Amino acid sequence: MTNSNEIDEISGTNTTGHEWDGIRELDTPMPRWWLYTFYITIIWAIGYSILYPAIPLLSGNTKGTLGYSSRGELADSITAAQQGQSQLRAKITASSLQDIKADPQLFSYAKAGGQAAFKVNCVQCHGSGAEGAKGNPNLNDDDWLWGGSLDAIYQTISHGIRFEQDDDTRTSEMPAFGRDEMLEPAQIDQLTTFVMSLAGKEQQDTSSTGAKLFKDNCASCHGDKGAGNRDFGAPSLADQIWLYGADKATIVQSIHNSRNGVMPAWSHRLDELTIKQLAIYVHSLGGGE
Amino acid sequence: MKKFSHKTIEKNSGLLLVLSLIVVSIGGIIEIAPLFYLENTIEKVKGMRPYSPLELMGANIYKREGCTLCHSQMIRPFRDEVERYGHYSLAAESMYDHPFVWGSKRTGPDLARVGGRYSDEWHREHLKAPRSLVPESIMPGYPFLMEPLKVYDIKAHLKALRIVGVPYSDEQIENAEVDLKSQSDPDSDGAEDVISRYPKALVRNFDGDLSTLSEMDALIAYLQVLGTLVDFSTYDAKANLR
Repeated sequence: MTNSNEIDEISGTNTTGHEWDGIRELDTPMPRWWLYTFYITIIWAIGYSILYPAIPLLSGNTKGTLGYSSRGELADSITAAQQGQSQLRAKITASSLQDIKADPQLFSYAKAGGQAAFKVNCVQCHGSGAEGAKGNPNLNDDDWLWGGSLDAIYQTISHGIRFEQDDDTRTSEMPAFGRDEMLEPAQIDQLTTFVMSLAGKEQQDTSSTGAKLFKDNCASCHGDKGAGNRDFGAPSLADQIWLYGADKATIVQSIHNSRNGVMPAWSHRLDELTIKQLAIYVHSLGGGE
Repeated sequence: MKKFSHKTIEKNSGLLLVLSLIVVSIGGIIEIAPLFYLENTIEKVKGMRPYSPLELMGANIYKREGCTLCHSQMIRPFRDEVERYGHYSLAAESMYDHPFVWGSKRTGPDLARVGGRYSDEWHREHLKAPRSLVPESIMPGYPFLMEPLKVYDIKAHLKALRIVGVPYSDEQIENAEVDLKSQSDPDSDGAEDVISRYPKALVRNFDGDLSTLSEMDALIAYLQVLGTLVDFSTYDAKANLR
């Protein structure tokens, strides 16, 4: 565009040749450092295009001479992280849960790993302090639905509870006494009163209709005195721990609809090592048997 | 003839417009167009299928409620993400999404592999009142999802999706209405057909209430299938390095 070699007297730089009412436009050159940086970026781009995947062609894209891929880099970073702990990982994989618990080094490693995995996978239902929530048991206490030994916890985490996509899942089904019309509303009411008496919330009357209804309908799983049965995941009704709530309306609802809570199986999502670590961690929370 | 110069272009706005368009479209053609024909853009996987009618209605609710504003569905290939959420997302896993819901904002966690992670009951209670289960959650509650699912014309919906490339079969379109109703009722006559037409579909009463087909049924059916379709035991990671 410069079609004038005229030099501005004051600044000593070229002018563009544009002139408005005697005012001429300066053609100040770009700062050298800026210009050279710009050239360097162009050279950088050429080098980058050669080294890394860059240009789409007819049947794929250029792969780059470094052989980089983001998915390949991920695999490398996972391998590197695992290699740093490979000895401990191998030992945990090879050891039984009991041996891991007995070995202080393995135990602390497994517990730390289990805690990390718990924070990622379990807290949404069981709470960030494993304190549980409505329908999701507290894991800090010693009140276990299906068993609190290392092996029982491991089994529950691996295969879940009533998780239909897993063939080895723990399962049992409490009938929906009201919805399926096995009991009349009045009977459920009497039964509820008796259930509440098991935990000492009502005066117990073993000769009542409720007591008979309990014996006929509930005792086979929950036990004569409501102590529960882990073979069926039947909770104890004689203690003060209530998964869904201890008030009468909630218990009526439980009997009417049944609950049959579900826990997903984790064996197809987490690896063996992580599940072992989780079992160790959950067992260590306070109620492990 | 006058020499062609920059001045000519600058003084002729029509020419400037045309030439600008050419320059910009070169960039677009080189960067975008190859993605439409390159075979390696979408991985070849086993198990991926179009959404069942009920899952599709759930996906629509997911979009309607703007879930994607806080939840991404895109697990990136980084160690931290893979360890938290599971296998990184494949392009194949969202190839039947119109529009896709990858999202770019994670106020809540990524949901690309939320399927099977929680029980239906958990989803139900959590969607109605998130803080009843996760006290520290800032997610809003969606109790109105228990209302009946409004479906205007599910067949037409599937047909429209077929036009944009989702491979619904004639049989799937023909039975869309039955499938929609059967998937949330395991005792219904059409329950088994849903699974044969849509492998890995979950047939059960998702919202705990058999009397109505609710929006909750649809949304949970959708959430429970997210990220579970691709068979990773046959997935060749080495052949799909990108």
